[in-house]
Amino acid sequence: MGNFSSGIWNIIIIVVTLGGLAACWLLTMKNTSGKTKAGETVGHTWDGDLQEYNNPLPRWWVNMFYLTIVFAVVYLLLYPGLGSNSMFLGWTQLTQYEEEMAAAEATYGPIFERYREQPIEKVAADQEALKIGRRLYATYCTGCHGSDAGGVRGFPNLRDGDWLWGGTPEAIETSISAGRNGMMPAWKDALGGDEGVRQVTQFVLTLAGRDADAAAAEQGKTKFGQFCAACHGAEGKGNPMLGAPNLTDDVWLYGGSAGTIEQTIALGRQGRMPAHGEFLGPAKVHLLAAYVYSLSK
Amino acid sequence: MADSTAQDTYNYKVVRQFAVMTIVWGIVGMLVGVLIAAQLAWPALNFDLPWLTYGRLRPLHTNAVIFAFGGCALFATSYYVVQRTCHVRLFCDKLAAFTFWGWQLVILSAAITLPLGITTSKEYAELEWPIDILIAVVWVSYAIVFLGTIVKRRVRHIYVANWFFAGFILAVALLHIVNSAALPVSMWKSYSAYSGVQDAMVQWWYGHNAVGFFLTAGFLGIMYYFVPKQAGRPVYSYRLSVVHFWALIFTYMWAGPHHLHYTALPDWAQSLGMVFSLVLLAPSWGGMINGIMTLSGAWEKLRTDPVLRFLIVSVSFYGMSTFEGPMMSIKTVNALSHYTDWTIGHVHSGALGWVALVSLGAMYYMIPRLFGRELYSLRLVEVHFWVSTIGIVLYITAMWVAGIMQGLMWRAVNDDGTLTYSFVESVEAMHPFYVIRFLGGALFLLGTLVMAYNLWKSVAGARAYDAPVLAPSH
Repeated sequence: MGNFSSGIWNIIIIVVTLGGLAACWLLTMKNTSGKTKAGETVGHTWDGDLQEYNNPLPRWWVNMFYLTIVFAVVYLLLYPGLGSNSMFLGWTQLTQYEEEMAAAEATYGPIFERYREQPIEKVAADQEALKIGRRLYATYCTGCHGSDAGGVRGFPNLRDGDWLWGGTPEAIETSISAGRNGMMPAWKDALGGDEGVRQVTQFVLTLAGRDADAAAAEQGKTKFGQFCAACHGAEGKGNPMLGAPNLTDDVWLYGGSAGTIEQTIALGRQGRMPAHGEFLGPAKVHLLAAYVYSLSK
Repeated sequence: MADSTAQDTYNYKVVRQFAVMTIVWGIVGMLVGVLIAAQLAWPALNFDLPWLTYGRLRPLHTNAVIFAFGGCALFATSYYVVQRTCHVRLFCDKLAAFTFWGWQLVILSAAITLPLGITTSKEYAELEWPIDILIAVVWVSYAIVFLGTIVKRRVRHIYVANWFFAGFILAVALLHIVNSAALPVSMWKSYSAYSGVQDAMVQWWYGHNAVGFFLTAGFLGIMYYFVPKQAGRPVYSYRLSVVHFWALIFTYMWAGPHHLHYTALPDWAQSLGMVFSLVLLAPSWGGMINGIMTLSGAWEKLRTDPVLRFLIVSVSFYGMSTFEGPMMSIKTVNALSHYTDWTIGHVHSGALGWVALVSLGAMYYMIPRLFGRELYSLRLVEVHFWVSTIGIVLYITAMWVAGIMQGLMWRAVNDDGTLTYSFVESVEAMHPFYVIRFLGGALFLLGTLVMAYNLWKSVAGARAYDAPVLAPSH
């Protein structure tokens, strides 16, 4: 379907719109002319006693109706409405948006801009900058990472000093600006079904120094070396280049119970941090990175 | 008059059935409303059960109050009014009975499928395609019964209430069939025949006219019969009813795009939605004037007759919400009010203040008569009136304050251009108003329970009663 605003549609819209408004006017005008007496019924009776007076239309009501019709016509001459014609003001919602954004940029842009050339460590020590950073965080980040930056299942804690993709100022800025795509593949088939998944899980538990079924963990160790070490490292310490988590600590993004780990291994996980660079611009990203960096210090 | 007509009776059976179910579904729908209002204030009340979550119960509430409560009220009153003002028995008893059982089946299907999460996700049109087909069949039957009765009428002139009922029936058939067009992919899943912004436009053309025809034109039909009847006065102005009827049904059809301001909908369509919403003010108020001014010369009746008070206060709420609606359609106002609880307050000043009060007033008038009885207690009607009115006022003022506060919080900026409040802060600020809204809704439900008791005492033990068809006056 098209937008009904080209060629013949334009004409139909204009005719029906103006015709309809004119019909409302004429209908009212026709019913205000001619004599009617207040308090006289039309002369019909229904259901025993139902009757109708034929009192004249209240003048204030008629004037109000006319006024809204006049307003409608004037508005449609100024703003788009008669087909796709742009009309006298040349207004569109897109230009309104662009003008408002440009005005905001002119007013507020310099406030953010003045921190952009400073290194993140320095910005992170500036109370004024952190105040702005906290406000930006409250708007753009709390939805996933929580208003206390403590994270929830599937969304990392930003205060614990544990970083999937690295905790240097530059790495944090890149995470915010370009986003991240974490990809843990589903291993159930490769590991030979549920039993293989269980064995690897038991081994992963030993990596974190937890109690495990020793025999199963021993078999899991071989499989871990074959399939998991490429990303998580031979010792399970993880690899921030790939966003592969450290398995030897007590931080579990999706939960650390044996059952949850089995599920993670069998079915895989998809973690996605959206890219914010394009719509926030580098200056705001810089401030946000400084704020997030300050959280773990 | 010929002797044969003296033995004819009106078909009160189908009217009684619909009238009783109006009260039953009213209580059910309001109860679900009170529950979800409580969930918004205390989220733990979904008990972690998927069938009781807000997202599934909200459409159950809207469908139950609009189509079950409002729908049954419209069937009952329109069948009652069309027979009595046409001076004939309803056309085709069997088809009329089918509309009753068919409509109850629609309601039952909604009550099962919506909590199960089966939905098209189109607001006020959530029911899936098999139920949509049933609705279409029942609705066309309704049109045949109603218009068939008009065709065989024994008076020349068609009473004004019937214009509004007929307009509502025809428009709803059109709206429902066009908006529900969909491609089924399985028994309980279909996809809309439209896509993208066209789908949104068709949906809100439907959605706003569900308000305009189902919840306005139909209930104006109720107003035009029950207000003059209860007041014992002629309708104020025939010519006003002519002008506002045609202007209303023409103009409503255009207002839908005001639900889509500042979206992907082309600018020209948004403008048309706005200006026609403004033009709609006068035609809407025409109905209010005709309702209220019908009382002129008999104002003292309001002091002694609580049923009349229901009807007149409902018309006042109608006037108020039809002023608020055009105002909220203005783009500048809409930029603040859209997506806030102000919209919910607006809807409920119409739904509770207008639709529910006028229906309940009509039921007070009609139900005792359908059983050949008198109303059990006027005192209880008085109690009901005050409890409901206080409930409505609490509800809508809480939502006005909450909505405007939300709108202002969302747009507040600090001196560095960042937002002053995070979203969750605006949610937190809503809590006291959600509690007040819950109380308002609970009061309204309480009033309806008082009414159910009063009506039960009025008709308990009564035999089925069919009044004889009245001979036309001339």
